[in-house]
Amino acid sequence: MCSLALFPPPPAPGDLTLYEFNNALVSGHVYETLPLAFQDQLADLPVLTIPKETLKAHSRLEHSTKPAFIHHQETLWKRCLNAWRDVGMCGVLNEIANAEEADLQWMKTGSRWTLALCHWVSSLHGSLFPHLSLCSEDMIAEFSQAVDWAGCSIRAFAWHPHSSKFAVALLDDSIRVYNTNSATVPILKHRLQRNVASMAWKPLCASILAVACQSCVLVWHLDPTSLSTRPSSGCAQVLAFTGHSPVTSLAWAPSGEMLLSASPVDTAMLVWDVSTENCVPLQWFGGGGVTYLAWSPDGSKVLATTPSAVFRVWEAQMWTCERWPTIKGHCQTGCWSPDGSRLLFTVLGESVIYSLSFSEYSGEMQGQVGGSKTASIVADLSETTFETPYGEERIGGEVHSMVWDPRGERLAALIRGNPETPESRTIVAVFRTRNSPVFELLPCGFLQGEPGAQPQLIAFHPCFKKGALLTVCWSTGRISHIPFFFVSAQFPCFRPSHSPVVALSSSSASVREQPLFSEL
Amino acid sequence: MSSPGGGGSGGLNAGGFEWRRQRGSCCRDYEGRRRWGAASAAQVLGWRVAASIAWSILLLPLCTAVFISISSIDLFHPVQWISNSFNDWYTSYVIFCILLMSLVILIISIFNVEFYAVVPSIPCSRLALLGKIIHPRQVIHSVVHAIMGMLMAWCAAVMTKGKFQFLALPCTASESLDGAVQHMCLNEYHVFLLLSGAFMGYNYSLLYLVNNMNYLPFPIIQQYKYLRFRRSLPLLVKRSCVESLYLVRNICVAYYFFGYIPRAWISTTMDLHTDSKLHPLDTLTGLLDLSLLYHTWLCGIFLLITWHIAWLLFKIYATEFLALQDLMLLSQYSPVRRQEVFSLSQPGGHPHNWTAISKECLNLLSDLTQKLIMQQEAAATNGRVKQPSTGEVGRSLRSSEAAVTEEMAFQTQRSNVVSRAHVPSLVKSSLLPLKASSTSDLGSSFGSPFSSPALNRKAGILDLNSPWHGSVQSPHVMRRGPKLWTSSSDLQMTGSPQASFPVISVARVGNEAIQPSFIYTWLQNKQEQVRSFLSKRVLIMYFFSKHPEALIQAVFSDAQMHIWALEGLSRLVAASFTEDRFGVVQTTLPAILNTLLTLQEVVDKHFKLPHASSKPPRISGSLMDTSYKTLRFALRASLKTAIYRVTTTFGEHLNEVQVSAEHKKRLQQFLEFKE
Repeated sequence: MCSLALFPPPPAPGDLTLYEFNNALVSGHVYETLPLAFQDQLADLPVLTIPKETLKAHSRLEHSTKPAFIHHQETLWKRCLNAWRDVGMCGVLNEIANAEEADLQWMKTGSRWTLALCHWVSSLHGSLFPHLSLCSEDMIAEFSQAVDWAGCSIRAFAWHPHSSKFAVALLDDSIRVYNTNSATVPILKHRLQRNVASMAWKPLCASILAVACQSCVLVWHLDPTSLSTRPSSGCAQVLAFTGHSPVTSLAWAPSGEMLLSASPVDTAMLVWDVSTENCVPLQWFGGGGVTYLAWSPDGSKVLATTPSAVFRVWEAQMWTCERWPTIKGHCQTGCWSPDGSRLLFTVLGESVIYSLSFSEYSGEMQGQVGGSKTASIVADLSETTFETPYGEERIGGEVHSMVWDPRGERLAALIRGNPETPESRTIVAVFRTRNSPVFELLPCGFLQGEPGAQPQLIAFHPCFKKGALLTVCWSTGRISHIPFFFVSAQFPCFRPSHSPVVALSSSSASVREQPLFSEL
Repeated sequence: MSSPGGGGSGGLNAGGFEWRRQRGSCCRDYEGRRRWGAASAAQVLGWRVAASIAWSILLLPLCTAVFISISSIDLFHPVQWISNSFNDWYTSYVIFCILLMSLVILIISIFNVEFYAVVPSIPCSRLALLGKIIHPRQVIHSVVHAIMGMLMAWCAAVMTKGKFQFLALPCTASESLDGAVQHMCLNEYHVFLLLSGAFMGYNYSLLYLVNNMNYLPFPIIQQYKYLRFRRSLPLLVKRSCVESLYLVRNICVAYYFFGYIPRAWISTTMDLHTDSKLHPLDTLTGLLDLSLLYHTWLCGIFLLITWHIAWLLFKIYATEFLALQDLMLLSQYSPVRRQEVFSLSQPGGHPHNWTAISKECLNLLSDLTQKLIMQQEAAATNGRVKQPSTGEVGRSLRSSEAAVTEEMAFQTQRSNVVSRAHVPSLVKSSLLPLKASSTSDLGSSFGSPFSSPALNRKAGILDLNSPWHGSVQSPHVMRRGPKLWTSSSDLQMTGSPQASFPVISVARVGNEAIQPSFIYTWLQNKQEQVRSFLSKRVLIMYFFSKHPEALIQAVFSDAQMHIWALEGLSRLVAASFTEDRFGVVQTTLPAILNTLLTLQEVVDKHFKLPHASSKPPRISGSLMDTSYKTLRFALRASLKTAIYRVTTTFGEHLNEVQVSAEHKKRLQQFLEFKE
């Protein structure tokens, strides 16, 4: 088992992690350049800073034309009709209960009682699933993969699966699309695009971006050849489903045919056929909702986590699922190995990484997920004190999000420090991984940004030629790219002997199979 | 353009499915799975149908029990209510009713089996819809469903008991006090329930036609049958309740106006009296009977739920697996079976499996391409759009052939011009099409009596001169003719050194063209008059006006098949990159790319037509599947994905594949993710 104690100490304060080369993370100042051979690899990747102050606040909070008109008292009957059209039955009851007319006393009491009853029933439901009592913004902040979703200027980040293009969702509900090959930066805005929790580019497609918003899923059809910086809202398809908001997670099938969307208030996750806007709800009661989705890169399985202490792994051919109860909190994040045979996940309240292996997938085993009986702990990330020349550093805690590079050689985990102790900080820990013949997890190092910057979101570039490229969004609004130069393990690999990691690898190579929980 | 809609819809649809099954089974045979031969395909379907009928009949007693409990609901005496309904379930007449209703369900299921189709039939105008409704097949369907509805209502009435149970009741009126002869009176409640059953049955049959309920839509994800059934059940119940509510309203209205007719008829034929003490039901007071409305509503729900369950189960069982779908799934999930596809035949070493599969898929796709071209040509000349380059699509279809044909056509024109033998007719033909095409569909303008003989003659010339013309290509090359000629005459006008030449010819045209064009303009005027006369009659236009949306839906009605072919083919090609040991796919790669890219161009062009909506209509969650309306969007998306799947797998290697320059450019765009 790998633990943080085996990691090299974090870089000196004031230094930035620049890149990995010769199996060691190199840190230094910004002006230090890359080794010559690799300079052209990163030359055109945009490094940006989007500070919070530059983003315009909402010009108007209310998205209706109501405030523009003078208030005019209508008859109760008319107001009820309007409320019915706008809000539904609940609105009518509210309207009657708050009516000023004196002659409808019995109706007023009746509607008041009904409303009270509704509130009581919903609070009963909420006591079963506490997250349902949150307002939708808090709920998104709770389940988003971003560390500080509510306060940071960057709310979501997504690399295009095939080309060097990424989308950034910002605090002001706009989305910017950066492309290495062109200078135009399209800014996407839409009336319904509020509180973006997640984004996903459609695979096997040039430029279709799905956006998880507060009330719906928006699918932007961007023209990759267009020079316009403000695509009209007509380019966006609105996928809405009653009872399915806020949407906190999206996942495209790797073959690009289907889109999955999940909401913490809906027990069903929706399978969308985006082109025809048809959807099939995959209902599975228990858990109270779905918070995070991860489709395995080979397309065979989907991880769906719930707000309670259970998560599910769906098999994507016949859509049956296996249920995995966890011991402590809900499953916070998870990521798949490239061949879909191994799932790494973390649980809220525990500072460890679990691994779950699945049997080889083939067409003959229809409707079976094929997970192993138990999950094993592969890394211990509990708080560790590092003695550095500059003082003591305390690092470790729960993992907030975790990404695995497309070749399965580097794993980045965003560790959120202990909130009680102010000196422990949020940091990105990077592991070296190998998936075959046996699974290995070796420490690589910590990533450090500018002074005062906390990592917010992490994502791997999907097709970086010379190794892996991790994009980190920092709390200062900076988006930086940290390359890991290595030769893929499929080829003969050169390993320098002076690295301290090699000595440790023999001890950590054997993964301790520790039964934690089982379905049976 | 052949649309599957229109008159002989039912037979055509069933035929469509037969055809598909046969095609599918040949695909399977080629894969070496001969146990799924064409003969067993029907057998497999037979078993599925039997299973679905068995399940719907097994579910019937359950529905009946629920119906009996709810119809005798008594909130004030719950214990008594529950025990009474328990006792009712075992009574002999309930058992008899269940047997009778099983028969009804069986007949309904047989109709489901007889009417299903995988290609929806979309009526393009209201007249076509009317034609479908009075088609004998549909009439039989409606009549049988009305009778079945009446039977169901009779069962419901008998099981409801109370005042609904019998058709005839002893009169309560005081005048029959003489005691000896007890007069029997007509129970109008019973009659009302029976009539509403018939009405609901007929209504079900109509909706079955209008909503294309016989169309088998294939779900976007595979799921187990039980899960699919469970998922649809709440929706089914909800929809049945709502629909029944509307039906009750309509029945009340109908009975209020026409109720006296059946009542009088029944009472005279069965020699029953009318109870003068009770309110007749075709009055407002009679109809505002809550118990009557409630029981009618319940009866409607019962009828609709049992029938919908039979329909749903049939749909779920029938759409489980089909050959082309199987091809798609095998290409996605099963490496072992993919290996069979890429294998060589044992003696001889020919890739028969791959050749057969790819040829089948490519034929399907190029059929679609040609259908789309025809439709676009028709639309482009329909007066809505006059696209400047109508022939461009055709050129890319078979670029080399088309180029040759065009050149031939061009030369033919030139030689004609130079020899001046046909000058008058050609001049005319260059003028006429503008008028002709603006008034009538060009597809028919050649055969129509209103087009000039000269035009026909010219078409004939072209046909003679260009033996390459297939049945499909000829129309649009013919249409290119006049335009080419005009441009070549311009060339002559400006480029010819003898300036007098054209003047003479034009003068001669003026003389010679008077006679035919006079007749022509007269006919033209007549036609215009008839048209304007007809178009002023609103009713006629109401029936004859074509819905552009319906036309487009009709073109893409069988697109599900093409989507599967696209997915299967592209996945196989993508898998061949690593799995194809003998390189059998490489040989067909240019053809596949050519077909895909051409189809892509045509589909793109199709979506740019002004009357084609570019976004799918909003669909609320309903039981009726409307996926046939949006198939074209699905096709567009999966076509693009298919091309990207091939290009991302092969990457730069595609530059080595032999394709035309235009397609090479297109491929490059796909490789750069700029499509």
